Order: sequence, then structure tokens, then C-alpha cells
Amino acid sequence: MVDFLLILAGLVLAPLAGGLIAGVDRKITARLQSRYGPPILQPFYDVAKLFGKSPSIVNVWQVFCAYLYAAAAAISVVLIFVGADLLLIFFVQAVGAVFLVMGGLSAPSPYSQVGAHRELIQVLTYEPLIILVFIGIFLTTGSFKVTAIFEQSQPMLLQLPLLYLVLTYALTIKLRKSPFDFSTSHHGHQEIVKGVLTEYSGPHLALVEIAHWYETVLILGLCALFWHTSIIGMAILLALTYFAELLVDNVTARMTWRWMLGYVWGVGLAMCVVNLVWIYVG
Amino acid sequence: MNAITEFIKKSRLKSPWAMHFDCGSCNGCDIETLAVLTPVYDVERFGIINVGNPKHADVLLVTGTVNYRNQHVLRNLYEQMPDPKLVVAIGACGLSGGVFREAPNVVGGVDKIIPVDVYVPGCPPKPEAIIDGVVEGLAKLAELQQQAV
Ligand code: SF4
Repeated sequence: MVDFLLILAGLVLAPLAGGLIAGVDRKITARLQSRYGPPILQPFYDVAKLFGKSPSIVNVWQVFCAYLYAAAAAISVVLIFVGADLLLIFFVQAVGAVFLVMGGLSAPSPYSQVGAHRELIQVLTYEPLIILVFIGIFLTTGSFKVTAIFEQSQPMLLQLPLLYLVLTYALTIKLRKSPFDFSTSHHGHQEIVKGVLTEYSGPHLALVEIAHWYETVLILGLCALFWHTSIIGMAILLALTYFAELLVDNVTARMTWRWMLGYVWGVGLAMCVVNLVWIYVG
Repeated sequence: MNAITEFIKKSRLKSPWAMHFDCGSCNGCDIETLAVLTPVYDVERFGIINVGNPKHADVLLVTGTVNYRNQHVLRNLYEQMPDPKLVVAIGACGLSGGVFREAPNVVGGVDKIIPVDVYVPGCPPKPEAIIDGVVEGLAKLAELQQQAV
């Protein structure tokens, strides 16, 4: 019964939370740019409108990929809610990310192709870091299970502060926020061509958007695991992290993908190694 | 199910994503159209986003005179937009060809090529007038929805 409720929460509450976060995000971003900004519920209006548009399909592959991307994102969130294996969650979300890229590649339009390649580079940049974060979690808890984390008496943040920073890098890339927004801009109004999303339209674009909400919740859920001991601690940690993302998004400009790969791998891997050695020795 | 269709209908009016196509304007109308997106007018508070992609757009804002060369581009963009869609012709040039209407390569206004829902006159129109034009178009869309029920 509890499991069933958790699955339901993962499937239904997670996208609602993701949409709300996106709405608050747009509002705060607008305020930081001294604009008034759209209503908090704007992402829901956008998605509902997209579902109401007539579908214009490039090819069946694209539709298939949109559905699989959404399904994989939803399943990975459900898995983290029911306390499954971190590695399983990782593989499921990686499959989703790959299908988004394949959907982009299935259309011959150059914008879609370039966007898909850039998305692939982004995936390549954050996946090794997430794996290293999971290894750090394994070294502290002795298991890849999410439930094993909740058996710990003190928050993991105390032992894995650098790995938490690495996870926030992954969050920035996953949210497609500056300076890592190569494949598509997070905010529609900043970008002329939407990269990997260029050829998606109507209901399928809405599906991709919902999948994006799931992914936001997934990564924020992983962040929340670092302070599992108290709900208030979790909330404070997530609010601070997301606000930091917003600030970084607003004060930085887009860089080149070479810079991203060099910087994120250089700094990220260094922090991972330092933190892992620290746990191993200590 | 009914609640969902109602929400979709309401959302259509709350999230008109606009695409701006410059059909060879003198840049006057374009500057005013882009001014609408700046913090001064901030149309994002109405849910309007400037997208550069016809497949994501609901509203097509056309500025400038249609000529024999760009009429194909205009039609192509219009056909790539999924339904329901609105077309707003902006400025004297978009309405009739304006000061360029007698030039040899000019076809005339936007409505010679694609159906236009709202005309925003002026040379160039004020940003307020352009916002009004989009809002007027949404009222038209709402009316069409009512009739469809
Ligand atoms: S209507 Fe006037 S301002 Fe607008 S494009 Fe024509 S000449 Fe320029």
C-alpha cells in the first residue's frame, strides 16, 4: 500500500512539483531582470496549450523517442521515490537522455542535428560525474540502495560536501541553464532556435516538457538525499541550491562546449577524487 | 475530460507564443515589435514568448512588404505552424505595401499571400498597439472556440 502511494506520488506529484518549480523559476528570473514576469502557473498553461495543438509529425521515430524520453524520466522518478537502486535510476535516466538525442537526430533539419550533438556532449559531461557521486554514496553507506541512505544517522552532506557541489553541476547541465545551455535554451525567450527541440511541436513538445519536469524533480531528489535526516534541512538545502542555480543562470553567458567539457570534467573530477580519497582515508 | 478541454481552451489564450517574421521592412516596425519584449513592456507577463520556430509558434507577427522573393518564405512559415494559429500584420507595409507598394517587385500586403486575422496600422505602430493587436487576435480565437462548441 505504501509502495503504491509512493509510486502514485512519483507519477503525479512529481510533474506538478516540477511545473511549479519551473513557474517560480521564471518569476524569479523575471524579477532579477526587473520585469514583472509570467504567472506561477504559466508552465501548466503552456503545456496544456501544446497538448491542444494539432500534431505535425516529422516521422514516427521522433514520436517514439518523445514517448520513451517521457516514460524513462517518469520511471526514474518513481524508482527514487520507492527507494530503489541508485545505479538502476542512473541507467533509466540515461536511456531517456539518449532517446531525446535520437529524436533530435531523426529529423534532417540542421538545427535539430546540431542541437542533438550538443545534447549528446552535455550527457557525456554530466554522466561520469553522477556515477562518481553514486560511488561516493556507496562508500559512505555501503550500498547503492536509496533506502540504505535513510538508515544513516547523520546527513551525507557532512561527508560528501564536494560531491554535492559536483551534483549541482549536473543539475545546472540537466536544467540547461547558463553557462551550460547549448542544446536548447531553458528560457524560450532567450533563444532563436531551440536546438534539439526544434523539430518537436504540439503534443510531443508538451511531452518533452513534462519529461523535463520529471528530470528536475529527479536531480533535486538526489540533492535532497544529502540531508535526509530532517525535512526542514532538505527544504532549505533545495531552496538554496535552486536559488544558486538561478543566480548563476542570470549572471553568466553561454560558453563553448569545449569549455564546458574541460571545465566540468577538470573541476568536477578533481572535486570527486578529493572527496573520495577523503572518505577512503578517513 | 470536460475540465481538461476547458483548461486547454483557457490556456490557448494565456500562452500565445509569437514568432516574428520580417518580410523586408524598413526596420521601423521590427524595432517596435522587439521593444514589446523588453522589460519596459514585458509581454512575458501575459505568457507571450518570442520563439524563432514556426513549429512552436501560435501567433505570426509579420512586418514589412511582401515581395515576389519572400512570399514563398512567408507561405512556408505559415504552413509549418500547427493549428490553431493567428496572423497579425503590422505596419502600413504589412497592411498594403505602404510606401513601397508601387515598387516593381512588390506583391502588396500580407493578406495577398496568407489569411490575416488582425491588422495593426501605423508607420511604425506603437508597441502598445502591437500588444493590442495580439490581444485582439486572442479575442477572435476565443470567439471561434465558442462557435466550435
Ligand atoms: S510601416 Fe513604416 S516603419 Fe513599418 S516597415 Fe513600413 S515604412 Fe517601415
